[in-house]
Amino acid sequence: MSTSTIVRLPDQSTARIPRMNFLSRENGLLSWLLTSDHKRIAILYLISITFFFFVGGALAGLIRLELLTPQSDLMATDTYNKVFTMHGLIMIFFFLVPSVPATIGNFVLPMMVGAKDLALPKINLLSWYLYIVAGGLMLYTMAVGGVDTGWTFTTPLSTHYLNTHVISAGLAVFVAGFSSIFTGLNFIVTIHKMRCPGMTWFRLPLFVWAHYAASLLMVLGTPVLAITLVLVVLERTVHIGVFDPALGGDPLLFQHLFWFYSHPAVYIMILPGMGVISEVISTFSRKRVFGYTAVAFSSVAIAVFGFFVWAHHMFIMGISNYAALVFSLLTMLVAVPSAIKIFNWSFTLYKGSITFETPMLYAIGFLGLFTIGGMTGVFLGTAGTDIHLTETYFVVAHFHFVMVGGMLMAFLAGIHFWWPKITGRMYPEKISQLAAVVTFIGFNLTFFPQFILGMLGMPRRYASYPPEFQILNVFSTAGATVLGVGYLLPVLYLTWSLKYGKIAGNNPWQATGLEWQTQSPPLTENFTRIPIMDHEAYDYEWLENQQQKEVASA
Amino acid sequence: MSHISPVLWQYLVKWLTNFALFPPEASKIAPQMDALFFFMVLVSLVGLTIVVLLITAFSILYRKERHPVAEQIEGSTLLEATWTIIPLGLFLIMFVWGALIYFRVYTPPANAMNVYVVGKQWMWKVEHAGGQHEINALHIPAGRPIQLTLISQDVFHSFSIPAFRVKREAIPGRYTTVWFEATQPGTYHFFCTQYCGTEHSHMTGDVVVMTPDGYKKWLAESTSGMSLAQNGERLFASLSCTACHNDRADARGPSLVNVYGSRLPLPNGGTVVADDAFLREAILDPSQHLTQGFAPIMPTYQGQISEDGVISLVEFIKGLHSGYRLQQTLTTTTLLPESEGKAVPVRQAPPQSHLAKGWVKP
Repeated sequence: MSTSTIVRLPDQSTARIPRMNFLSRENGLLSWLLTSDHKRIAILYLISITFFFFVGGALAGLIRLELLTPQSDLMATDTYNKVFTMHGLIMIFFFLVPSVPATIGNFVLPMMVGAKDLALPKINLLSWYLYIVAGGLMLYTMAVGGVDTGWTFTTPLSTHYLNTHVISAGLAVFVAGFSSIFTGLNFIVTIHKMRCPGMTWFRLPLFVWAHYAASLLMVLGTPVLAITLVLVVLERTVHIGVFDPALGGDPLLFQHLFWFYSHPAVYIMILPGMGVISEVISTFSRKRVFGYTAVAFSSVAIAVFGFFVWAHHMFIMGISNYAALVFSLLTMLVAVPSAIKIFNWSFTLYKGSITFETPMLYAIGFLGLFTIGGMTGVFLGTAGTDIHLTETYFVVAHFHFVMVGGMLMAFLAGIHFWWPKITGRMYPEKISQLAAVVTFIGFNLTFFPQFILGMLGMPRRYASYPPEFQILNVFSTAGATVLGVGYLLPVLYLTWSLKYGKIAGNNPWQATGLEWQTQSPPLTENFTRIPIMDHEAYDYEWLENQQQKEVASA
Repeated sequence: MSHISPVLWQYLVKWLTNFALFPPEASKIAPQMDALFFFMVLVSLVGLTIVVLLITAFSILYRKERHPVAEQIEGSTLLEATWTIIPLGLFLIMFVWGALIYFRVYTPPANAMNVYVVGKQWMWKVEHAGGQHEINALHIPAGRPIQLTLISQDVFHSFSIPAFRVKREAIPGRYTTVWFEATQPGTYHFFCTQYCGTEHSHMTGDVVVMTPDGYKKWLAESTSGMSLAQNGERLFASLSCTACHNDRADARGPSLVNVYGSRLPLPNGGTVVADDAFLREAILDPSQHLTQGFAPIMPTYQGQISEDGVISLVEFIKGLHSGYRLQQTLTTTTLLPESEGKAVPVRQAPPQSHLAKGWVKP
């Protein structure tokens, strides 16, 4: 019994991928483009966001190459400005925001609540089409010359002083926003209305709670971004003067509006990742998540507090000192639920029975990196130190620790965790463990030096820098190449596994979620009959009894 | 932390600075901010160590080989309360400490020497009260509080001096201030840290901190022959401000003598303090900044005076303690062809050469 893995696969000589499943049911391009199956839409999303991830990643590579030397010698400064702008826009709006919710969430959330599909399947497909339209607009923007506003579209730079393609980029983000709103709306309705019999709120997997909180933010926050971008476009085209001081507008108003969305957007990006971590850590330590309710409510608390901290991006912008005081205090409060989660996850391991398959390795990486990312956020939320650290590489390092070290690790943990469910086949274990370790090392080498650079005062968005900053930048660029390898590996071996991976069976991880109690890949309808939830979430004893019964009846 | 052992502290900072791992501490606020910074680093390290230790210990103790069957534990209110309250307490300490520093950095002392800094794509123009101009350089004396009054002529910029640990946004159409007291003579970088377009990364320069004597010498060598206030007085006359603001009993505009820092009555019964920002706004957008008892007859100067010009005017008004020279100027301008002597709203500013002769009605 005491082996080092929990993986239980069916006998490979007799096992087959189930003949009927959502992949085999219909064939042809149209069956995909016109599908309303949440699982197929999830796969469409997975392919699209992977594409954009590698576009954004290539741009990141260019940035790091340019910063290898103090002079701006690889590209002209305006090219560099376009490259980091496109990197930010693509990674945030076309990768991070849709990453976990639109792919993994789309695929497993309806199954987790015991439903056949999302509440609004056609809206779900529409959301993907909007994403594609937005992505097309963004690629068009890039093809015709790009945009160099920075992903923040700061006025009056974006409205009056640049002649690049601000409008098409703004529209791309505007449309992508609606894609995100529809996903959020769909999740909220599904979680409220489509839970199977017995699935009470406190029996929901924490993944669902995290997505519920993130969906609230998407639905309530994204419209503000949409309005703000429309105002930028109107300001640029017909000079309505909302942000232009010469016409009586307020240039700071833009930043208030923008960050009112874009701070909660940070939680839109990270909360679903936190949901993945809860599932993975529970499964690979064979234990219910320590303090289920605390973790569930901390997601909601993050969502609620997350709306009231936006001005901590503006401490040095001449907002009143007292406003800075209030927003600094609120920022401290939003840091607490994240700390709670970290400790609850750590204690989930206590007295567990832990194995270290790839998803678990990524999840453990997440815990370490997110702790650093979260703590350095407190440096920036503290008004005094923010004066020195804001707008430097410290900020860059901080949000990459949260977004790449946190969210991307969580995304990869989730992809590996649910890969057998999505495809019916296992990924190769050894090489993927290697990829997880390579990613972790490459990540730290890339982004840790940037904290020191920030403390030294190196400003962000600089194509050239004083020569004394070079050594740390060389480290960072070296790390980026390692990180690049870490991200290419999964693409290769996951593709390989589509044909050559071992047959996974229904529940290779012995996980408790409802999605694991059905065949892999699932039927279009997910379940042969509507499941009845008669136990708590993460009830491993129930699972064991269930399996013993099956053995007895066989 | 800095007061535990200043010798050790200085040694540490010097060592780190030599390895380009830590910026020099060249202002009075820098060690204070660094003390908080190191406190937070310490808390983070302790927190991270706890998390890493927990994960490592549990991973070893409870790995499947050693611990084949998990024990189900619901949670622990006591433990969860502990890791809610302790982080909250630590965060609140950081909040209070950070707020104190924040207020210190953004509340200039009354005796601070004021230097104007105008940001524009892509350079910093520094204006000293004595009329010394600098581009992408800032000369200041050590040991004296310096206040920077910042404004941008176009987009958002941000003036950052890492060695002093201070930074302030330069905003279009609004003055912002920051202050510091340099302690170590030397040359330090300053940067524009708010992304401002193509040449953002070239919008940098050097702060030269000098000994008080060296600074005096520099001032004498760099003079442009006219102080900001003198330049402002010239502008004041050439823009015909004296036509109304002439400190006479029948003047159509309010007297500006000793107006700076005073409390002015507003038409709605409230009052407003005439600070730099108010004076600037009142020049550029007069109809929105009327004081009680005066008609909205002043033309707008929006788009007609550069920010440098406004700064000169403000400096002139700041130092205006007697109306004598104004009346003198008035007598000279009335000699020039100014028909009814009424202030007329004018859209287009006449070229500078016309201005020098006086206000000509188009």
